[in-house]
Amino acid sequence: MNEQPIDITHSDEPAVDRRSFLKIAGIAVGALTVAELGGIGLAYLHPRTAEGDFGSVITAGAVDDFPPGSVTHVTNGRFYLTRFDDGGFLALHQRCTHLGCTVPWDQATEQFVCPCHNSQFDDAGSVLNPPAPRPLDRFAVTIDAGMVLIDTSSAIARDDFDGSQVVYA
Amino acid sequence: MRRRATISPDTTNRTAAETGLDRARKRLKPPPVPTDDRARSRLVLDTMILHLHPARIPQRTLKWTYTWGLGGLAALLVTMLVTTGVLLLTNYTPTAPDAYLSILALRSNVWFGDLLRNVHHWSANLLIVVAVLHLLRVFFTGAYRPPREVNWIFGIVMLLLILGANFTGYLLPWDQLAFWAITVGTSLISYVPFIGGWLGSLLLGGPEVSGATLLNFYALHISFVPLSLFVLMALHFWRVRKDGGLTLPRAAGEAPVEKPRRVTTIPYLIRRETVWALSWIAIILTFSVFVSAPLEGIADPNLSPNPAKAPWYFMGLQELLLHFHPFVAAIVIPSLALAGIISLPFLDHLTDHEGIWFRSGRGRSLAMLAAGCSLALSSAWIVADDLFLDWAAWLGNWPTIISNGFIPLAIAVMVLALLDLWVDKGLDGTLEERVLFLFTFLAVSLVVLTIVGIFFRGPGMELMWPWSIASGH
Ligand code: HEM
Ligand code: FES
Repeated sequence: MNEQPIDITHSDEPAVDRRSFLKIAGIAVGALTVAELGGIGLAYLHPRTAEGDFGSVITAGAVDDFPPGSVTHVTNGRFYLTRFDDGGFLALHQRCTHLGCTVPWDQATEQFVCPCHNSQFDDAGSVLNPPAPRPLDRFAVTIDAGMVLIDTSSAIARDDFDGSQVVYA
Repeated sequence: MRRRATISPDTTNRTAAETGLDRARKRLKPPPVPTDDRARSRLVLDTMILHLHPARIPQRTLKWTYTWGLGGLAALLVTMLVTTGVLLLTNYTPTAPDAYLSILALRSNVWFGDLLRNVHHWSANLLIVVAVLHLLRVFFTGAYRPPREVNWIFGIVMLLLILGANFTGYLLPWDQLAFWAITVGTSLISYVPFIGGWLGSLLLGGPEVSGATLLNFYALHISFVPLSLFVLMALHFWRVRKDGGLTLPRAAGEAPVEKPRRVTTIPYLIRRETVWALSWIAIILTFSVFVSAPLEGIADPNLSPNPAKAPWYFMGLQELLLHFHPFVAAIVIPSLALAGIISLPFLDHLTDHEGIWFRSGRGRSLAMLAAGCSLALSSAWIVADDLFLDWAAWLGNWPTIISNGFIPLAIAVMVLALLDLWVDKGLDGTLEERVLFLFTFLAVSLVVLTIVGIFFRGPGMELMWPWSIASGH
């Protein structure tokens, strides 16, 4: 800048002169445009609601369809329904918490054994063998008029298995 | 410029009597107008070539064992991928499960459909190998130093785009191989701190790999990735010319060449490029006639195959995942590696040994030493970690991200630091040689990890001999 700037502001004028007002306004409008377009883009790309069965509330069956001490694969809901010996229910997401493979239930050893990197889980989804970093996620179970309902809209991550996760008829 | 190019050196008759003024006059004269059709089409072709190439190039850079023709081969492969890719589009349906059926129909009902798919598949896989070899050539000849650091970075971005193209393309056939490789691959994203979950579901278009994922990947595969790749390729070629052509190859100990002898691009370079391209087209076509791209059963979200392996170029990463907590294996180590590769030209920026393979005779021995150390240490560590190292159990009350993540990582970094100290003090290495040693060591480690992942991991990802895996099925 020059040594002697030409003073175009007068003392009684507001602190923001015309030039810097336009500059600030320009930046603000530009930022707004970017934010708007970015927001629209992200909203547009936001996950479509899962079509089909998975993602909704699924009726697994009547309470008595599941004998105590059993694990049942409900494939359209992507979960296993465990019924413990004491009659309590727990719905486990079939997706391995390590890297997402589907864990098959092995009735002989009573374990879930992941084919991808060999993680093992028990019938409550607790980790018996890493690399899985946490137990299998669960879905909320409700029992209504003798029917077992599983809400698959969101998988619930947990650090440990505890009794409060089990639902009784 | 143009005029010089259309006249090859044997036709410029420079007589002794010619003065500087004569030569200047000759230069100012417009190029001779072609008189017949053949000469006219030659002129059009030549000027087209000269949009890409300079008219004359240093003769040294034609040396076959310097570039190994890798950059040109990569460009050829991209061209072949675009050609076959656009043709495949005419027979492909990007919806689940029709995608799989459209590939089946392509293979059995369409003339040369299978061949076209094979050419696309094998060119894509070859492109990764070629791009990595090209990167190694540039590193080992020291051709990434200023002013070429810009092209080094463009190159890294292109390598990432090529991996992106392959990864997004991998899902498109919608078979078991595709479904589970992408499931495992995209699950890595969930370990990105804070935004991982959100980012993953944005990419997948939902909580798991589904029809939405297929459409997302399809869009990326046929528009965003190839378009970005074109822009970068254009920039890459432009930078090569702006940096004054390739680095000049020279023998170890040879002084830098001040005024290299030049030859005309047409025919000296063009002839080689044509032979090279035609040979590779022949190789790829022949290979594709005999070897089909894999296709397994249709994707089944309820059944993971055992073993479920990543695409081969991510096997190194997959192998790391067997040894480290996913956050360290998939986020920390790759980020460090990427940062390291990008910063190479800024670390090692002296241009003294540019154009000399391995910098010097001593450099060559150091690189061999690094490769040997890496071969021994990485394979020993893989076996040891599989057999008896069990950090998670030993440090039972620590979170696994520490016991199985940062602690083994710290040990690995310490081993590298010790090796570097040894090269620095024990072998009296220069900065240039230390960089060479560490880079070679890490590059060979990646190769070891990849080979173990591909050939030595059987069902349940157990470590076993390749022949017992083969007989087990
Ligand atoms: C930039 C380099 C590219 C790479 C590295 C690449 C890589 C791949 C890969 C690995 C596949 C899977 C093929 C298979 O295993 O069956 C694939 C499939 C496909 N690609 Fe590309 N591709 C590239 C460019 C393109 C372009 C430019 C197009 C079209 C504009 C295209 C269209 C397709 C189509 C339609 C398929 C599905 C057919 C199939 O799966 O066999 N690709 N690509
Ligand atoms: S995905 Fe199950 S152990 Fe890796």
